[in-house]
Parts: sequence; C-alpha cells; structure tokens
Amino acid sequence: MLGKLTWSAIPFDQPIPLVAAALVGLVLLGVIAWVAIAGWLPYLWREWITSVDHKRIGVMYVLLGLVMLIRGFSDAILMRSHQALAYNAPGYLPPEHYDQIFSAHGTIMIFFGAMPFMIGLMNFVVPLQLGVRDVAFPTLNSVSFWLTATGALLVNVSLVVGEFARTGWWPSPPLSETTYSPGVGVDYYLWAIQISGIGTLMSGVNLVTTILKMRAPGMSYLRMPMFCWTALASNLLIIAAFPILTATLAMLTLDRYLGFHFFTDEAGGNSMLFMNLFWAWGHPEVYILALPAYGIFSEVISTFSGKPLFAYRSMVWATLAICLLSFTVWLHHFFTMGPGGDVNGVFGITSMIIAVPTGVKIFDWMFTMYGGRVRFTTPMLWSVAFLVTFVVGGATGVLLAIPPADFVLHNSLFLVAHFHNVIVSAVVFAAFAGYTYWFPKAFGFTLDEWWGKAAFWFSLIGYVWVFTPLYVVGLMGMTRRLQHFSVAEWYPWIVAASLGVIVMVVGVVCQVVQLVVSIRRREQLRDVTGDPWDGRSLEWATASPPPSFNFAVMPHVEGEEAYWAIKQRAREQARLREEPDYEPVEMPLNSPTGVVCAFFATLVGFAMIWYIWWLAALGLAGAFATFVVFAWRDRVEYEIPADAVARINRLNRASRLEALQQARRKEAA
Amino acid sequence: MTAAATLPPRRRTRVPAASLRIAAVVIPGLVLSGCQMSLLNAKGPVGADEANILVVASIIMLAIIVPTMIVTLVFAWWFRASNPRAHYRPDWAFSGKIELVVWSVPFLTIVFLGGIAWIGAHRLDPAVPLESDKPPLRVQVVSLDWKWLFIYPEQQVASVNELVVPVGTPVQFILTSSSVWNSFFVPRLGSMIYTMRGMTSQLNLMGDQEATLHGLSTHFSGDGFPHMQFPARVVPDGAFTDWIQRAKGGPPLDTAAYGELAKQSVVDMPVTYGSVEPDLFRRIVDQTIPKGPGPGREGDNGAPPNVKPKGGS
Repeated sequence: MLGKLTWSAIPFDQPIPLVAAALVGLVLLGVIAWVAIAGWLPYLWREWITSVDHKRIGVMYVLLGLVMLIRGFSDAILMRSHQALAYNAPGYLPPEHYDQIFSAHGTIMIFFGAMPFMIGLMNFVVPLQLGVRDVAFPTLNSVSFWLTATGALLVNVSLVVGEFARTGWWPSPPLSETTYSPGVGVDYYLWAIQISGIGTLMSGVNLVTTILKMRAPGMSYLRMPMFCWTALASNLLIIAAFPILTATLAMLTLDRYLGFHFFTDEAGGNSMLFMNLFWAWGHPEVYILALPAYGIFSEVISTFSGKPLFAYRSMVWATLAICLLSFTVWLHHFFTMGPGGDVNGVFGITSMIIAVPTGVKIFDWMFTMYGGRVRFTTPMLWSVAFLVTFVVGGATGVLLAIPPADFVLHNSLFLVAHFHNVIVSAVVFAAFAGYTYWFPKAFGFTLDEWWGKAAFWFSLIGYVWVFTPLYVVGLMGMTRRLQHFSVAEWYPWIVAASLGVIVMVVGVVCQVVQLVVSIRRREQLRDVTGDPWDGRSLEWATASPPPSFNFAVMPHVEGEEAYWAIKQRAREQARLREEPDYEPVEMPLNSPTGVVCAFFATLVGFAMIWYIWWLAALGLAGAFATFVVFAWRDRVEYEIPADAVARINRLNRASRLEALQQARRKEAA
Repeated sequence: MTAAATLPPRRRTRVPAASLRIAAVVIPGLVLSGCQMSLLNAKGPVGADEANILVVASIIMLAIIVPTMIVTLVFAWWFRASNPRAHYRPDWAFSGKIELVVWSVPFLTIVFLGGIAWIGAHRLDPAVPLESDKPPLRVQVVSLDWKWLFIYPEQQVASVNELVVPVGTPVQFILTSSSVWNSFFVPRLGSMIYTMRGMTSQLNLMGDQEATLHGLSTHFSGDGFPHMQFPARVVPDGAFTDWIQRAKGGPPLDTAAYGELAKQSVVDMPVTYGSVEPDLFRRIVDQTIPKGPGPGREGDNGAPPNVKPKGGS
C-alpha cells in the first residue's frame, strides 16, 4: 500500500534533523495559524497563490529563494562547525548525516536558492522594463513557480521522511546507482530536480518569448535595458541546457528504477557519460545564474552613478559571447579523468576565453562610475564589493583552467573557495543588490538603509573571512567533503573559516532585521512617486507598487534609457507628459491551475520516491485533469474600465508633478 | 587513456627563468611561511613543475587584478556624489580607445595563459612517462570501499593504505577501481587522477627527496571517504628492498582475500601481502572478479547501511 514507506523512514534516533524539522514545522504551523486567525487566507488565495501577475509571482519566487538561502546557509553552518570539531575526532555529525548535509547544501543553494531568486527578479523586472503588462504566458508562469516550490518541498521533506542523497550535489554514478546508494536519498534528489526543472524550463520559454515578442512600441533590441539582455541570454541558456539535465537524470532514473545500464560501468554503460552530460548542463548553469546577476549590476551601477551604462553595445556583445562560450567549456570539470594533452589543452583554452568578455564587463562597469556622481546606497555597496572580490574568483578560475594547475587543485578546498568566490560575489551579491534596489518598486517603500549597510558589511567581511582560509588549506592539499581529518597543518585554517561563519550569521540576522524594521517604518520609507532612486529604465515610470496592468498606456520608446529621456523632458519643460487617452485594459484572470498542478506533482514525486505506484498514477491523472480543465476554460480575461485606469494613473501623476515642482522650488532657492 | 608505453618520453626542459624560480620559492614562502604541507613545496619533478605554473600564472593575474581592484575603489570614491572636485559627465558613455584597451588587455592575458595551458597540458599529461636513467617502478592501484590497494607486479607484493616508492625512480601507476570513482592524489608529488571501474588510467610521478607524504582520495566515494588517506613514503633504494622483503612475509592476496577487501570497511593500519595472484589487476579491470558489493540491501528503506565507518583515526 505505501511502497517502501514505513515508520523506520523517520530518523527517531537522530536528534539534529528531528529537532530542526520540528522547529521548522512549528514555525510553519504558527504562520499558517496566524494567517488563518487573522482571516487572511482568502486574500492569500485570491491575490497571491492563484495570481498570474508576473509581479506577484516574481515576489513569491524571491521569497522562496530567500527562505531556501537560509536553509542552505544553515547546512553551511553545520558543515563548517562540524569540520572544526572533526580534527582527530568524529565531530558531531555521523558520516551518513554529514554526507547528506553537503549534498543538500549544494542542491538547495543552486536549485532552490539562487535559481528562484534570479528567476524571481527577472519575472518581476523584465516586463516592467520592456514596458509591457505581463509575460507571454501568465498561467504557465504560475505553474512554473509552483513546480519549483514542489521541488523545494520534496528536498525539505527528505529531512524527516527517509534521507537525502549522500552523493554530493551532482549524484555521480556509480556511487548514485542502487548498488552503492540503495536508499531513497538519490530518488529524492532526482524527483525534486526533475519536477522543478520542468518549471525552470517553462519559465525560460516564457521569458524568452516575452522578450522577443512583447516589447513596448519603439523598444528595439538595442534599446532594451542591459538587464533584459542578460535575462534573454540567461533564458536562452535555460532552454538549451535544462533539457540536457532532464535527459541525464531520466537516464539515471531508468538505471535506478528499471535496471538499465546507462551509467553503471557494466553491460556497456559508462559513468563518464554522466559526468559529460551533467556538466554540459552544469557549466551553462553557472552562467544562467551569473548573467542576470551581471544585468543587475549594470542597472545598479548606472543608476547610482547617474550615468548611462558605459559601452552598452560592447556589453551586449560580451553577454552574447558568454552565452555561446558557456557551452564549450564543460570538460574543465574533469581534466583529471586523463583525456590527454590535446583535449585538456583545448578545453583549458576555451575556459579561459570566457574570461575575456567577463573582463570587458568589469572594465566597463568601472568606467560607468568614471565621471559619475556615485551614491553609496546599499545596492551600490553590493555592486562595488562585487567588482572588487569577483576579480579574485575570476583569476582563480583562470588558474584552475590551466590543466596542470587543476591536476593539483581539482576537488580541493581551493576549488571550493573559487566557486564560492564567484557565485557568492556575483549571484548572491547581485541578489541582494537587486532585492534592495527593486523592493520599493514591489512594495511601495524602500528598505532601511542602516540595517542594509550593516548586513552588507557583516556579510562581506564574513565571506572573505570564510573563504580565504579555504583557499590556503586547498593549497595544502585538503580535499572537500571530509567528514573528519587528521592532518595537523589543516586544522587552524578550518577553525579560522568556521569563525568567519559567525560573522556571516550576523550579516544574515541584519538582513532579516532590515526587513522587519522597514515594514514597521514603511510610512517614513514610502516611495510616493514610483522613482525612488532617480532611475533610468521604464520600471520607474510607473507607480510603486505598479497597478496590476503596469502601465496605463503603453509607453512609446524613443531611445536607449527610455524613462531617463521622458524624465529629462519633464524636468526641462517643468511639466509631465500630456495626459493620454485612457482605454480599458484586458488582464488575464487568476487561476489555481499552477498550485493544483504542483499539488499533484508533489504526490507524483513523493509516490515515485517511495514506490507507491497507485498514488503516482493518481497524481499524474490529477495533473493532467487540471490541465484539461484549464484548457477548456471559457473566460480568459477580465476588463479594467477606462475610468478606473485613469483614476489610478492620475494619482501617480499627481505625486510625480508634486515631486517635480518641489525639485524646481529647491533649485530656484 | 592510451597505453603509456606508446608515448614518447617527456623532455624535462626547465622553461621558467631563474627569476621565476626565485619567485616560486619566495612568494609561497611569504604566503605560507613555514608551511610544510603546501603543494608549492613539492617533493618531485611533476609537482615542482605544477607549482611553478601555479606561481607564474598567479603572478601574471595578480598584476592585472590588483590594479583593477585599486582603480575600481579609486573611481568609486573619487566620483562620490559629495565630492565637489570630481567632474560630472552625465552623458559620457563610450570611448573607442578605452574599448580597444578593455578588450585587448584580457585578450592578451588569455593568449599568454592559454599558451601555458596548452604547453602544460601536453608536457604534464599524467600518461606521459618521465625521463630517467633508471627503469620505472610499476605500481597497480585499486581504489576499494574505502581503502587503497597498491600492487607491485614486478615484486609480487601488495599493500593496503601504504605506498612505498624508491627515491629518484620514476613510478608508473596504472589505476582502476573496484566500485565507485575515487581520485588518487599525493599532493606533494603532483598530479591526481581518477580511478574508474572497468577502465584504467595512467599516472607518472617521481619522488626526488626522501619523505613521508600525505596521500588521499579527492573524489567523494561514500561514507568511508575520509578514511581513504595513506602515507606515501619515498625511501632510499635499500630501504625499499628491505620493505619488499618484509612484505614477502605477509599473507597471499588471492581472489578470496581480494573479495574480503572489496567489501565496505575501513583499514586504519597498513597491511601488506606477501604474494599476489597473477593477473589479479587485469581481472579487476575486465570485471571477471565481482565488483565491490556496496552496502547490501539493508539500506533499502532509506535507513543508513549497516557498515558505518567509525569517526576519527
């Protein structure tokens, strides 16, 4: 009846996951109870859970990303503190638990922390920057989000029901085959990633279509803000790369469930194939995350320097070059397989070539600041810190691309320090820069600067503090994933890295406090005009938060930096644009399709993990039925009458006019 | 993974100039003063060459990134909004000259480092035998769950979790795995290489000073992974012969003994075998000997397997 699922799947003998899960469960129940008692459930269902508004979905993506970043960070705390106690000692985590922690840390950070964060920001910002009212397929967007949430849920369920993979975040065969991993851990990984991967792929299709087909009148490709370009490149990569991952994991699933031999190293199967296929997705994945991050830095640095982005076209070329080149380098993840000098040499060189467009970007950001009026707000601090720390990660990356250097550094903590150096300073710093930068657009008030800067400084110092010792200890031959060690020379560096984690914890706490403080002070932090940072692209041309239809009338774009041009004219003429003729707006109806689909997908995933075949069939049938019901719907859109559009837009015009006149008076005085 | 014998011997021309050799000693010395463990303090020619490449490439890149970091901070600070002396140029957004520099600097750097990568990938290809007057010592390496088996085919002895090689003699390793992937690595001798079941990989190393070095697996292989560490002793010829003689007194390594070794377990003290069944290594590679059995079916319901390595060592 319940397949492999029995009471022994719950680790009653392991206090750490049980207590942690109980704590999370209590918090979750508390929040739900609070929401229910306050009577907000209907509101949540109506306005968020079933919403197909790209802004709401973007916010939910970012929220999921934030929560999962904290989950992944707590894994990091466990790993670092355990290792500090594991010199000639067993530490406090047994190997089978420690191995799950580092596997979960990588999986969660990449798939459920960084990815939702970046996709969320793209979802929220891209349609606004393009001057359109929604993404191309609004309901599909909701399905994408909820399927991602399903994946995150399954990974977290593995904490208490069964186990997570003990193979590392890429489950490399034959270790991940049933002979060596007979438990459900790898299955949790496979189904969580497959289900969320479908969501990611659909999200990629959605955003590419939106960017290619739905720009405001006059918004030619070379007038798009840089963030839209990087979003386009990143989503093209998603479309090209994610099917590889899906196919690879499907093959591993066939190996595990039906006794196939794709990767078993017997009956003609070969594990090297998995390594190639996985990294053929895995390296583009790095740029799927990094490209939107570059876009965020471009927007932030340009806005807070009060200047257009330096060498915009050059940046576009660099972005597209990275997009293409990212598919030519995967082999550098296994130079030590021994493929010979020619193969290693070629892939060493292609890996280095990626550093050229990336280097160009760094210099162009530098020259964007040159001749500017730099305002050191929190997003700008994250960006400058990125410029300074990222080049170190880039340099160590080029170093690792030299095959003989990789022969002694592969899989070492030097490598671990390298990829954290690039991913933290590019993706995580960009995530927080983007979060602070666009928060007022989403919620109508800015985030508290003092706490934001505190979070920034503690995070930056903690991050440098953690990873510098790891670079050093990697040069001393220490490899990753050691549950305990007995080399005296490594010990002080591991302790030093662990102390740095404490500083990072303070940073994370400041980040949380910032949100709470800002919500409490929201009246003082209110953004009345919709343009709190003196922005340059179209998202700042509408109110904060924008109305559901984003723009009362479609903006007409006449050059690069669409909003900057409009604003300059308003400043010169000391008046706003002519009031447009308002027309009724058609918007897509909310739909529970996404959340219902994801509910059934969760059933399928859980049932497949535990071999509960009837439940899997039921889940599949349910998901298909949901799709059929959606496809046969009669009403697709609802209409917002012209006078409602006019009323909403006039409110924003009034506050903008007020701000304009205030600025004039100040100048005159 | 071509046969080692068909490849021409590597020429050991010392390319880096004397100044770079000095830098190779001084800079790591500053960075890791007194650190005996460092990769940069190599005990063999392969490791020394790799350390050289590491240092040279690092110096080249530091020469670019340090100024970049400084200029970034200077630009950001000088052009701060509150600095009245900074000249605001709100529309300055392109300069062909700057773009030329901006594209050429990384490009030229990569051309140069790409040359190092290409030459290094060939010169230091692990499969290429080292040039020496002495005939090479052959060692067959098998990674097991969770220990290392070293077979000396010419001496007809084997050891578990202890590698002993004579100083100044090139060593030709041929490696495979009984179960999952591992990666064989003695940091201060140089290059690591994967071990994979049903396949062999080649690695050529040499110790040029007497030392007891730390060896380990660097590719995660399961719960006992941290136990896959071993001493790699580089000893004088006489001591090596003595060690072989002592090892001869050990029990034989036949199919049955290998079957026991292949089971999941950890070995904290090195073990030696006095004789080795002929063709054992070949039969492991062509899979006529059963693979490592893994944890068994006990783990089926998601519970941990019955073999738990103990922590610490």
